[in-house]
Amino acid sequence: MRAFSPNARLVIAAAIVLLVVACYLVLFLRGSLAFAVPRRLTTLGAMVVAAFAQGIGTVLFHTVTGNRILTPSIVGFDSLYVLMQTLMVFVFGGSVIAATEGIPKLLTQTALMVGFAVLLYRWLFSGRFGSLMLLLLMGVVLGLAFDSLSTFLQRLLSPTEYDLLSTRLFGRIGDVEPSYLPIAFAVCVLVGVVVWRRRHVLDVLLLGRDHATSLGIDHRRELTLALVLIAVLVAFSTALVGPLTFFGFVVATLAYQLAGDWRHRVVLPMAFLLGLGTLAGGQFVLQHLLAARGMLTVIIEFVGGIAFLLLLLRRKGAL
Amino acid sequence: MIEFHDLTKDYLDARVLGPVSGSIEPGGITALIGPNGAGKSTLLTIIGRLLEPSGGSVTIDGTEVRSVRSRDLARRLAILRQENHLTARLTVEDLVGLGRFPHSLGRLTASDREQVESAISFLDLGDLRHRFLDQLSGGQRQRAFVAMVLAQDTDVVLLDEPLASLDLKHAVHMMRRLREAASALGKTIVIVIHDINMAAGYADRIVALRDGVVHSSGTVAEIMTETVLSAVYDTVIRVHDLDGVPTAVVAH
Amino acid sequence: MRRTRRLPLLAALLLLTTALIAASLMVGGYDITLDALVTDPAALEMFFISRVPRTLALVFAGVAMAISGVLMQLITQNRFVEPSTAGSSQWAGLGILVVTIAMPAAPEMLKMLVSTGFAFVGTMLFILVLRRVRVTANSIVVPLVGIMLGAVVGAITTFLANESGLLQTMAAWRSGGFSSIVRGFYEPLWIVVGVAILAVVLADRFTVAGLGRDLAVNAGLHYERLVLLGVTMVALCAGVTAVVVGFIPFLGLVVPNLVSMLLGDDLRRNLPWVAALGAALLLACDLVGRVVVAPMEIPASVILGAVGAVVFILFVLRQRRHVAA
Repeated sequence: MRAFSPNARLVIAAAIVLLVVACYLVLFLRGSLAFAVPRRLTTLGAMVVAAFAQGIGTVLFHTVTGNRILTPSIVGFDSLYVLMQTLMVFVFGGSVIAATEGIPKLLTQTALMVGFAVLLYRWLFSGRFGSLMLLLLMGVVLGLAFDSLSTFLQRLLSPTEYDLLSTRLFGRIGDVEPSYLPIAFAVCVLVGVVVWRRRHVLDVLLLGRDHATSLGIDHRRELTLALVLIAVLVAFSTALVGPLTFFGFVVATLAYQLAGDWRHRVVLPMAFLLGLGTLAGGQFVLQHLLAARGMLTVIIEFVGGIAFLLLLLRRKGAL
Repeated sequence: MIEFHDLTKDYLDARVLGPVSGSIEPGGITALIGPNGAGKSTLLTIIGRLLEPSGGSVTIDGTEVRSVRSRDLARRLAILRQENHLTARLTVEDLVGLGRFPHSLGRLTASDREQVESAISFLDLGDLRHRFLDQLSGGQRQRAFVAMVLAQDTDVVLLDEPLASLDLKHAVHMMRRLREAASALGKTIVIVIHDINMAAGYADRIVALRDGVVHSSGTVAEIMTETVLSAVYDTVIRVHDLDGVPTAVVAH
Repeated sequence: MRRTRRLPLLAALLLLTTALIAASLMVGGYDITLDALVTDPAALEMFFISRVPRTLALVFAGVAMAISGVLMQLITQNRFVEPSTAGSSQWAGLGILVVTIAMPAAPEMLKMLVSTGFAFVGTMLFILVLRRVRVTANSIVVPLVGIMLGAVVGAITTFLANESGLLQTMAAWRSGGFSSIVRGFYEPLWIVVGVAILAVVLADRFTVAGLGRDLAVNAGLHYERLVLLGVTMVALCAGVTAVVVGFIPFLGLVVPNLVSMLLGDDLRRNLPWVAALGAALLLACDLVGRVVVAPMEIPASVILGAVGAVVFILFVLRQRRHVAA
């Protein structure tokens, strides 16, 4: 691997991912092609969105927060999503989940989650202590508070309602709503363009607040912008395919290892490719070789969590 | 010329700086000295706009620092703090290259690369250029960061304790390089420094702080006297002339 | 605070705790008055079957979590660490789930043993991770790492629970609650008394250990042995409490910090305060949960989750003001 240049590595990764995606799309087709391929295309679309949002979102988050341990999901997003879903079922009953499926709900959820993020950031940065770690801790602790509220409400639900709810609390890449995809793609493209244009600025942000400021970057502005972009990405991904806490972490960490360069020009596309490859490959193996279609994201979380633990134990030096 | 007026910095109940007013002459090396907690680093980081003052203002050549676009300011003033720790794995060359960001905005031109080369050779980092920063010793890393700041090619360079992790040999080497940058390249260098004899040996002017205010400032000869130093450090200090350089020793 | 002012305050705190205990004994769905206790044997029976165990469980759990918090904070030299921000509680939960899956009819004692074991492993893992990475004392990175570890274990737990159809059972466990506590169910919590006594005996050593490994070794302590012992005590508290009453977030964080703000960091002096305040806080949360939506109940852990989160944030903000941000 050491022999390949960063660009060559990107090309290789892209080729492998394309191959995996092609396998997923056309192998083991049974019955009507006209039915099966569009269905798989929809799932693939959801994978693209999830890989993009989680991969790019996590790398961005790592860069602007100056650490490589936390993921955006841990900072309250997942908990807020779970709480919103639980509250809906609690207040309106289990049937509400299916009845309200639609673009307005997706947009509302995204708006709420972005609003939460922006409020949190605003509040913390308005004070005299603009500490980033503090912001993260606040998010995490609020997330824990949301969790304990959700858990309590879930206990009050009837088992059937709970079953309906639990289908929404896990990633569900296999049965995503197709009508969401165009808007999700549009958001990804938009965010992608903004991030790509700032890739050099992001490189400098890796040096931390002081160096970045000394090098002429308006750190606070870049940070706020990045956090809002992350909020949009994660919110969309969560609303579309459910919470994914460790997927982004695994993909970003692999990308740092395999990209062969620290520059965002290489790391960002690599993170996206690895994410897509993992999802498509995982789904392919699960669906056709292990016949366990719905479990992909749960397994990714499980494996991702263990990988996280191992990495934390292996690493030395600063966080 | 850097001027600061009535600068203060408060943390809730405690005032750590000011009010201080004063100026730093263009060209040459100005050393900020003083006992622990005198506000040296605070003053330096406020001038370098890394820290918001609670009150007062800083001007460079007459324009208010806070009114200048950060990117424009970065072509005139660079600051290096004492603690520099990174999460990403960069090589020395990458780091120094990032110093060109205010000029290149990320795409290094031929002239940018020249600046990077000269900064690397200026600090003798040629052999280390492809090493990752986390493979370097504290002193080598310090040199790499100074090289980055010099590659930024600004008129004003602010350094917070650049000698902190250097042994005697490398400290002297660093001071000589800074001296050369000031004399040959005409830069204005401001350093926070603990070793007053280093300041006396290589600086042009000294600003002595105590208890958050400027106690006295002037040329090396004016500040390196027994009366001034004893008052600044609240300790009896003798000054001897060694080879033409005033040298301070603690009286016993 | 001077000694003369401390004693009356401690007395007041003990009085408050006693009052809360009395209130906890009196309040509930089943109407029990002092009068009825004397005259009505059925009421007396009910009193001993449900009210007394519940109140004792609250006191023990409060003391257990508060003391675990103090010990963890000394061992890790970080004010923001407690069983739920170090992953210990989540590990205990995983332990319970594993037993439930492997042996649905397992006796309570076995569950406790396993969950204590898991809590021990989890806490040691956290300490190991902290030693590997370079962090400054009282860094907020430390609880972030712990919470992240806890989240990993939580994800694994959820995965297993989902596989075995125990999701809602785990949700019920997590939000815990003291409503189902009756005689014959809470007794293992008496072990907390043992841990508390041990904590008093070893108080001075733990105080020295709180200065960090180098200073502790310099003072002639068997530092590693003490850490192991401390972690065992924490694991016992977390494990047993988890089985009997579920997940009690933030208590071990709020109480020791309050006490340390008032009194400084001498463990021997602080222990009675920590224990009393821990019990009082949990009793108060449980009482509020019982009263506001009666005849329903909000589990104490939910109230603690909300109150604790707010207090925690205030602590962090307060601490930040003292350092140059």
